[in-house]
Amino acid sequence: MSGGILILVEHLKGELSQISYEMLGIGRKLAEASRAPLYAALLGSDVTALANRLGAADKVLLVEDSRLTMPPAGTVASLLKVLIEQQQVSLVLVGGTNITMGVGSMLSVRAHLPFVNFCREVRLENGAVVLTSQLFGGKIFSDVRLPDGRGIVSVYPGAFPADHDRSERASAVENVPVPIETSSVVFKRFIEPEVGDVDITKQNVLVAVGRGIQNEDNLALAEDLAAALGGVICASRPIIDQGWVPLSRQVGKSGMIVKPKLYLALGISGAPEHVEGMQGSQSIIAINTDAQAPIFDVAHYGVCGDLLEIVPVLTEKIKARKG
Amino acid sequence: MQAFVLLKLSPDTVDELTVAADGKSLETEALRFKLGDSDEHALEQALLLKEKYGGTVTAVALEALEVDDVLFTALAKGADRAVKLSGEFTGSQSHAAAGAMGSFLQSGDAALPADALILLRSQAIDDLDGEIGPFLADLLGVPYVGGVTGVAVAGEGLLVTKEFAGGLRGEFTLPLPAVLGIQSAEKPPRYVPIAKVRAAMKSGRMETAEIPLPATPASFTVERMYKPQAAGRAEMLEGAPEIVADRLVAVLAKNNLI
Ligand SMILES: Cc1cc2nc3c(=O)[nH]c(=O)nc-3n(C[C@H](O)[C@H](O)[C@H](O)COP(=O)(O)OP(=O)(O)OC[C@H]3O[C@@H](n4cnc5c(N)ncnc54)[C@H](O)[C@@H]3O)c2cc1C
Ligand SMILES: Nc1ncnc2c1ncn2[C@@H]1O[C@H](COP(=O)(O)O)[C@@H](O)[C@H]1O
Repeated sequence: MSGGILILVEHLKGELSQISYEMLGIGRKLAEASRAPLYAALLGSDVTALANRLGAADKVLLVEDSRLTMPPAGTVASLLKVLIEQQQVSLVLVGGTNITMGVGSMLSVRAHLPFVNFCREVRLENGAVVLTSQLFGGKIFSDVRLPDGRGIVSVYPGAFPADHDRSERASAVENVPVPIETSSVVFKRFIEPEVGDVDITKQNVLVAVGRGIQNEDNLALAEDLAAALGGVICASRPIIDQGWVPLSRQVGKSGMIVKPKLYLALGISGAPEHVEGMQGSQSIIAINTDAQAPIFDVAHYGVCGDLLEIVPVLTEKIKARKG
Repeated sequence: MQAFVLLKLSPDTVDELTVAADGKSLETEALRFKLGDSDEHALEQALLLKEKYGGTVTAVALEALEVDDVLFTALAKGADRAVKLSGEFTGSQSHAAAGAMGSFLQSGDAALPADALILLRSQAIDDLDGEIGPFLADLLGVPYVGGVTGVAVAGEGLLVTKEFAGGLRGEFTLPLPAVLGIQSAEKPPRYVPIAKVRAAMKSGRMETAEIPLPATPASFTVERMYKPQAAGRAEMLEGAPEIVADRLVAVLAKNNLI
């Protein structure tokens, strides 16, 4: 790696996202190992206050402009292209989130750099940058090498600990003048989450249903189990998309992050986007017919079996025990 | 509005995925291909737009095993045209897929219509080198929004809803032509009876276009593909349902959960 390392700081509604600290953590390690400078690109309108919390970077490259309120991927990619040329950057880290989605791909086309998605590990091997990417819903890992250590890496949220939540070091902030192109994609407004009948982030017990539940009628099995345990049901995305369970009960990347005392995953494969939302649960129990399902890697207890057979028996036994 | 839905099949992960002898790719013999969720939703969103605002829907898919079924299903669901892009696309990544779709959309005298809306998956499990949508949008020189969960016509252009996290969404406007990465349609993908798919097959309305596999830019090198070492954290409880249920109750009790 000959040039610097740059992370695209992610923020939403005036707050730095957790992924920003995760990327700073990785960036710091790579910077120390390769003696390259670590830059944090902070782009947005009204973001100066956030710049002071990025001391882990050697320099914060600040581009503040009222036109950068929720900028589209194309605008961000164009700005980053200028920054990486100006600062002679080799490696760019972006967040693998819905907020940043698209930026890495577009930057890759515009800056003629390779782009690697879904990375859960970034390391230096004899000076070369090697990445581990998770594919096919977490069922296959792929190690890839970047030619000359140059490229753009999308970092999977939650794969790296954000060990130092903030740096004690004062940020070195540089206002960078960069021309901003007006985009034909215009941000209008936020739509706040619908308030559901229950707040799944505040429950002690969640019974989560996935595609293994097979049809809407079978939901009653999960409802009964949840009732017996004093909890509520929540679901993976496909179940929400079917309209069987309300959006406010979606767990995962685009849904809620939950940390209940008990998370019982029924017929959920454990795709990375789902795991992102539930891996912090205290006790995780998974029932799945596929012994290879990635959910068993995050669960504390697992049953390889048919939920349609096991759940009714389990519910009865819990009821009997509770009396 | 002329909607083009671009479909790329991905390996079905319900089947066991096997790493090939080269240690760098999947064993293709054993793979079955299917449409990903967000591909299904892209098609559904296009059909919903047609129902609401009129216009046409053209379903375009890169050749792969099982692709004919996918295209006939699209016709049965209400697409006006179904086009198979024939070429050696199996295993090709997003850059190449975008290149192939781009050459179809701009082939010959048929430049991209001014009222074209291109809908495709937002992100898929095999997008190792990125999402197809942004590549294609840059190739065509048109705007792109991904993570889309709602589309409406507004004036000359569109009003789209994009999802962020925790149920938060945002609204954006953009002009046509445009590329949208669909995360989910406003309604669940419709079901179509097999008889209708058979009828579509008989109608023989599928078109084929030869597209050479585009050259892809210098990229990364895949060194190794492998199954993740199961962290093996789960303690597996085995036995018939009765026995497993007893064990689960014991676990719940031990952890003060009942
Ligand atoms: C940008 C983006 C954001 C996303 N956000 C989210 C999100 O917020 N939340 C989310 O959940 N997903 C999200 N996804 C989708 C995610 O990638 C997966 O597709 C989804 O989590 C899969 O849901 P599932 O496990 O229910 O279904 P599948 O992956 O289809 O798994 C079903 C499982 O059920 C098992 N099964 C089948 N029958 C039975 C039976 N009778 N008994 C027991 N087990 C059975 C199968 O073995 C399988 O493992 C997102 C994807 C993208 C690209
Ligand atoms: N994510 C981070 N946030 C803030 N400071 C960090 C971060 N990572 C490392 N540092 C600091 O950077 C310096 C080198 O860290 P290390 O690479 O862990 O030896 C130390 O002063 C760390 O405290």
